[in-house]
Amino acid sequence: MRTAFIEALNELADEDERVCLIVGDLGYSVIEAFAQKHPNQFVNAGVSEQNMIGLAVGMALSGKVVFTYSIGNFATLRCLEQIRNDVCYHRANVKVVAVGGGLAYGNLGVTHHASEDVAIMRALPNMTVVAPGDPVEARLATRAVVEHDGPFYLRLGKAGEPVVHASVPDFALGRALMLRDGTGVTLIASGGMLATASKVATDLAAQDISVRLLSMHTVKPIDRDAVTRAATETRYIFTLEEHSIEGGLGGAVAEVVAELDPGHAPLKRIGLRPEFNKTVGDQAYLKALHGLDEASVMKTIHQTITRSYDRVS
Amino acid sequence: MSLATRTSDAEVQALARRLRSHSLRMISQARTSHIGSCLSVADILAVLYGRVMKVDPKRPAWPERDRLIMSKGHAAAITYAAVAEAGFMPKERLGEYASNGGQLYGHVTHAGVPGIEFSSGSLGHGLPVGAGMALTGKRAGAPWRVFVVMSDGECDEGSNWEAILFAGHHQLGNLTAVIDYNKIQSLDLVERTLRLEPLGDKFRAFGWSVREVDGHDVGELSSALESVPLEAGKPNAIIAHTVKGKGVSWMEGKVIWHYKPPSAEELVTALAEVEASA
Repeated sequence: MRTAFIEALNELADEDERVCLIVGDLGYSVIEAFAQKHPNQFVNAGVSEQNMIGLAVGMALSGKVVFTYSIGNFATLRCLEQIRNDVCYHRANVKVVAVGGGLAYGNLGVTHHASEDVAIMRALPNMTVVAPGDPVEARLATRAVVEHDGPFYLRLGKAGEPVVHASVPDFALGRALMLRDGTGVTLIASGGMLATASKVATDLAAQDISVRLLSMHTVKPIDRDAVTRAATETRYIFTLEEHSIEGGLGGAVAEVVAELDPGHAPLKRIGLRPEFNKTVGDQAYLKALHGLDEASVMKTIHQTITRSYDRVS
Repeated sequence: MSLATRTSDAEVQALARRLRSHSLRMISQARTSHIGSCLSVADILAVLYGRVMKVDPKRPAWPERDRLIMSKGHAAAITYAAVAEAGFMPKERLGEYASNGGQLYGHVTHAGVPGIEFSSGSLGHGLPVGAGMALTGKRAGAPWRVFVVMSDGECDEGSNWEAILFAGHHQLGNLTAVIDYNKIQSLDLVERTLRLEPLGDKFRAFGWSVREVDGHDVGELSSALESVPLEAGKPNAIIAHTVKGKGVSWMEGKVIWHYKPPSAEELVTALAEVEASA
């Protein structure tokens, strides 16, 4: 995703000299080509995230479209008040980009686990939150956030995420992509969990369970219509995210579902337990501990749907 | 203001008196805090708006304008007064200050207030934003300049030092920080809270050019602010030595006037003193 993002940004900077990139002294082996090709559109702010956001706002208020780039929490929480007051309140054309969303930097430690960032960014007025599901979506999202004025949070994985979309989808911010339609179970995924959800959907279908698969790349504003249809046209909703189950995609979907008329499908949130990890592990290892590997997700789905019904069809 | 002829010292001093009077009335009527912080910065704002800055009140978003960021956002009353006196909005709107249904919040707010570049209120936000503006102007070879007015207590915030490091490294000669050094912060003297001295040396060590002036002397302020960049390739720190509460003798140098609004009776004597200083 990181590569897809920077390639797209390079193209955008070619096309539009307003497009700038500020990094917080991170991005080794990622940002060099951009820096060399666009020296006047590039800044390394050093290890100073508050200043990085302030600079971005000053540049944006002077006509630029500014991307800030750092790792998970450094990009967001370290400079949260600057994002709230300076970016969001001023509707500055700043695109906050975090790499390593979720547990991508698993064995580097809890400081590097971005597990509450979506919840916190989602709470800010004027902020749009986008967590692309695969490199194809990352490329499309990067282009889309330049085309739309105002504050964005673009939450990316790291490198090597599989491509889920076989062809280029009809991507629009705020509109979920339906990768498979069905009437039994709806899987709503954001970020890198789209790949897991896609495989799980295939396996469920092989078990004669009718599956709808949605990529909810835009977590805010949530596609209320897609959630409402899932809650009324299918029998169960599962959200899948590499983020705390509190306040992220699951929280956003829950807010929509909770206000629907009675009779809608129940919701089960699959995500990170809201706690600090205590065991060292890489991304795959820690995801499995949180039940985010394919086998665990399948198990959770089966347990949920057999609790009240023999089978969803 | 965009002026063909330079305003006289007497005109700038008269503007400073009007800014003090507006602030006293606004804060007394709204029963808000920070009159001391407004009075200390009055001459700085009068010189900037009345003499130094190129702005056009008819075109608040004029791309070639000089930018002013009031980073000490608690001095909001006098900032609104300054943009009203500069012609960005009718002076009648000053009645909206901290008043239900108005748009002039008790900390500097841009939304719905022409002439205000940037909202502040949480300290340490203005200088990084000013540095971003200055970098953009410098890269474009643009003539406009950026002025960031800060408080002394605000210098406690680490974000400023990130920006000071950045601006020195990037040689942002079009960026000027004016520090309203009134020696009193929220609870106590700066000297007894977190010592800033030697403040000028700190800026110089970060690659800035420094001028220390009497922040109530229109001539000294003008001479410094009209000659930026003080040195080629260096950002500018104007350390303006001021008195908190300046212009109302019984408010000067007293922490209480960071908080207390003048009563109706106190307002009368304060206004009389400000007007008598002409």
